[in-house]
Amino acid sequence: MENMNNIPKEKFAFVHHGEQISDKKFEDKPIGYFKDAWIRFRKSKASVVAAIIILCIMLYSVLTPLLITSHDATFMCSTYAKKPSRVTWLRDFGIATGGVDRNTNEAGYIKLVAIGAGAVSGKGEAVSLKEGMDSPYQPILHTGAPYVQEMGKKTTYYPVKVDTYLEVGFLYTDVEQAEYNKILAWQEQTGIQVIYPMVDTRNEYCFDPEDANYWYKTKGKAVPVSTVGGNAKSLSYSEDLVLEDNYKRNADGSVAYFSYTGGGDQNTAQMKIRVLYYNYYRYLYGSEPNYIMGTDSQGYDLALRIAGGIQMSLLVAISVSVINFLIGAAYGAVEGYYGGTTDIVLCRITDILSGVPFIVVATLFQIHLAQKVGAIPSLLFAYVLTGWIGTAGRVRTQFYRFKNQEYVMAARTLGARDRRIIWKHIFPNTLGTIITSSALVIPSVILTESMLSFLGIIKLGSAEATSLGTLLSDASGIWTQYPHLMLYPALVISLLMICFNLFGNGLRDAFNPALRGVED
Amino acid sequence: MKMTKYVIKRILLMFFVFFVVTTICFMLIRLLPRELPQNKVQAEAIAQRWEALGYNEPLLTQFAIYLRNIFTEFDFGTSWYIQFREPALNLLLGRLAPTVLVNTYSLLLSVPLGILLGIYAAIKKNKWQDSLISTGVMVFVSVPSYVYAFLVQYFLYFKLDLLPLTVYSLADAGGSWFTGKMFYSMIPPILALSFGEIASLCRFTRAELTETLTSDYMLLARTKGLTRGQATARHALKNAMVPILPMIIGSFVSVMSGSMIIERIFSIPGVGQLYIQAINLFDYDVFMIDCIFYSFVGLLAGIVVDLSYGFIDPRIRMGEK
Repeated sequence: MENMNNIPKEKFAFVHHGEQISDKKFEDKPIGYFKDAWIRFRKSKASVVAAIIILCIMLYSVLTPLLITSHDATFMCSTYAKKPSRVTWLRDFGIATGGVDRNTNEAGYIKLVAIGAGAVSGKGEAVSLKEGMDSPYQPILHTGAPYVQEMGKKTTYYPVKVDTYLEVGFLYTDVEQAEYNKILAWQEQTGIQVIYPMVDTRNEYCFDPEDANYWYKTKGKAVPVSTVGGNAKSLSYSEDLVLEDNYKRNADGSVAYFSYTGGGDQNTAQMKIRVLYYNYYRYLYGSEPNYIMGTDSQGYDLALRIAGGIQMSLLVAISVSVINFLIGAAYGAVEGYYGGTTDIVLCRITDILSGVPFIVVATLFQIHLAQKVGAIPSLLFAYVLTGWIGTAGRVRTQFYRFKNQEYVMAARTLGARDRRIIWKHIFPNTLGTIITSSALVIPSVILTESMLSFLGIIKLGSAEATSLGTLLSDASGIWTQYPHLMLYPALVISLLMICFNLFGNGLRDAFNPALRGVED
Repeated sequence: MKMTKYVIKRILLMFFVFFVVTTICFMLIRLLPRELPQNKVQAEAIAQRWEALGYNEPLLTQFAIYLRNIFTEFDFGTSWYIQFREPALNLLLGRLAPTVLVNTYSLLLSVPLGILLGIYAAIKKNKWQDSLISTGVMVFVSVPSYVYAFLVQYFLYFKLDLLPLTVYSLADAGGSWFTGKMFYSMIPPILALSFGEIASLCRFTRAELTETLTSDYMLLARTKGLTRGQATARHALKNAMVPILPMIIGSFVSVMSGSMIIERIFSIPGVGQLYIQAINLFDYDVFMIDCIFYSFVGLLAGIVVDLSYGFIDPRIRMGEK
C-alpha cells in the first residue's frame, strides 16, 4: 500500500492497444441471474460445507438401511433395548464394545464373572473363575483396581467396564418341544451352545428364581457359598475360586436341560429352558448383535431409527416447502398484481389465518384428522394451512415493485394477457426471494415437527415411521442412564438445523443483487 | 390525529381477527367427541351439567351461549378433568405466574447480553472477535432449545450437581413463586431459554448496527469532530435501536405464552403444560381457553410491535399511504 504513490513506470502496460475491437463479439458467455447467484453461493465456504453436510446426512439416511443387512428398521429385540453401540469386528480395537463403566460390589462382581464361567461349563462341570474370565462370553471387558469405601461398614468396590449385551447372560424362556429340537439341531450344526443346564430354584441356595444368572449356590445378599461339609460357608473372590453349582440334576446325577411346564404332544409340549441369550439371539436372528449406534428405548436399531427419522423429517419439510412455494407464489402474485380490493380482501384472509397459533392448528388437525388420514398427512395439512403466508407476502411485495415498470407496460401494450405478464415477465424476478424463503422453511419445519412429536401432539412411534422428536421424547426420562439414546438424535437434529440455516443464508446472500460485489 | 385513527383501526382489526379465530377454534373443538369418565357417579354428574350448560344444543346456539357467558359472567367454561369444576379461567390464571416468571427472568438475562454482544461484534466487524461471535451465533440460533435443556441438565445437575433437575413445586419452595429457592430451581430453564434468545438478539443487533455504522450521517458525525465512541453511542446506536426495541417489547408481551417444550422438560406447571394436559385428558373447555389465550397473546404482541415503532421513532408516521 505504501508504494502506491510511486509505482515504477515499467510496471504499467496497455491492456489493449492498436486493433479495433468494438465490432467483435464477446468471447465469454453472458452470466445470467442464476449463474451469477451460483457463483456467489460458491464463494461462501460455510454454505458450501453446509450443503455437503446436508448431502451426507441425506446419504446416511438412504444408505444405512441398505448397508445394514442383518436386520431392517422394523426389527425389534426388546431384550437388547437401550443398549449402547456394539459392532463385533470393531470390538478388537476397543471401540463400539457395547461397554459401560460402573462400580460393583464383590457379590455383583462375582455374578458377572460367573456368567462367563457358567458359559464355559456347558455340561455342569466345575470351572474356576479364571476360566470364566477368559471365556468369550465374559461380560467384563476391563477391571480397574478395587477400592474400599466406608459407609457404616467397609465395602469393596470393583470399577468395571461391562459389555451390556453379554451382561444379559442367561435367561429362562418357554418353548415348544419342536422348537427345542430345532435348537438342539442348530447347536449340533454350528457348535454354539444355546441351551444351558437348568438351575434348582427350590432349594435355599437359590437367590432369585427369576434370574437365570444365579447358577451357583448363594445365601444372604447373593454371596456365593460352599456347602461342603454340611453348613454353608461364604466365599470371597479369588481367581482360582471354583463356585459350587446349583444345577438341577436328574436321578443319575447328570444336569437337566429343561423342565416341562405344560402338556401337549411331542411337538407342542411346553417346556422351560435356560438359554445363553447372546447365543439364543444368534440362533433366532442368524447373526451376532451388531448395532452401530446401539438400540433405542424399545429395542429397535437406533441407527436405522435415526435414518428413518431423517427421511421422515426431510420428506415432510421438503413437501411443505414445495407446496408453500406453489400456493404462496400464486396467492402473492394475484394479490400483488391486481392490487386494490382484491388485495385488501386477500390480505384480511391471511391476517385471520396467521392469527391462529400454529400449535393450535397442528393440534386440531391431529385430533380431527390423524385417525382418518394418518399423522403425517394431517401434519402436512397443518403446515400448508398457514405456512405459505410468508412466501405470499414476499411475492406480493416483489409484484408491487415490478408491476409498474416500463417493460411490463411494454408487454401489456403489445397485447400480452394478465396471465402471461404475471408468469413470464414479473414472476421470474421474484424467484430468488421465493427460493430463499422456501429453503429457510425447511429448518423451521424440521424444528417444529420435532417439537410437536417431542410433546406428544403428533404420535409417530410405530414400527414403520418415527421422527427424531419421538426418539428424543422416548429418551427424555431415561437418557441419563443411557446417554446414547439422547446423544445421536440430538446431534443429528442440531447438525441438520445448523446446516440448513447456513445453506439458506448462503442462498439469500447469493440471490440478493444488492450484495453483489460487496464482499470483494 | 391520523395516528390515533390508525391505532384505533389496528385495534379494531385485531379484535375482528381475534373473534374469527375464536369462532373457528370453538367450532373445531366442540365438534370433537366428548368422553365421559369411567367413574359412573362422576360421569352422570358431568353429563347432567353438560346438558344444563347447553352442550347438546346445535353448534351455533352453543357458541351464542359461550359468548353470552363470557360477556355477562366472564365465564370461559369449566374444567372437568384437570381440576373438577374449577372455572377454566382460574386454572389458566393460576398457571400464568410460573410461565411469565421463567420467561421474564430469561429475557432480563438475554436482552442486555445479546445487545452487548451484538454491539461488540458490530464494532469489531470482520475481525476475529466478530467471526467468533458470528459463528457462535449461527450455532446457538440453530440448535433447538430442548438440546440446551438436556445439556444444562447434564452438566449442571449430573456432572456438577449444582442445580436441581426440575423446578420445585410451590410447596417445596415455600409457597410462593417469588422465593429465592424457587428462583434457584428456575435457573436451569432460564439458561436453556436464554442461549437461543441471546444469539438471535445478538445477530439482529449486529446486523442493524453495522448498517447504521456505515451510513452517511456517521461520516458527518466523525467530520464534526466526534470520536468514534461518541459517534457510535449517540448516533449509530440510537438509530439501530429503532427496529431492536419493538422486537424486545414484542418478546416481553409473548413471555405469557412461554415455551411448551421447556415447561415439559423442567416440569414447570405453566400455561404450556396446561395445554398438553388439556389435550391428553380431553378437557376441551381448558383447551379452548388456552387456544384463545395463545391467539390473543400472539395478536397482541404483533400489534404492540407495530405501534411501538411509531412511538419510538417520531419519523415513522403510521397510517400514511
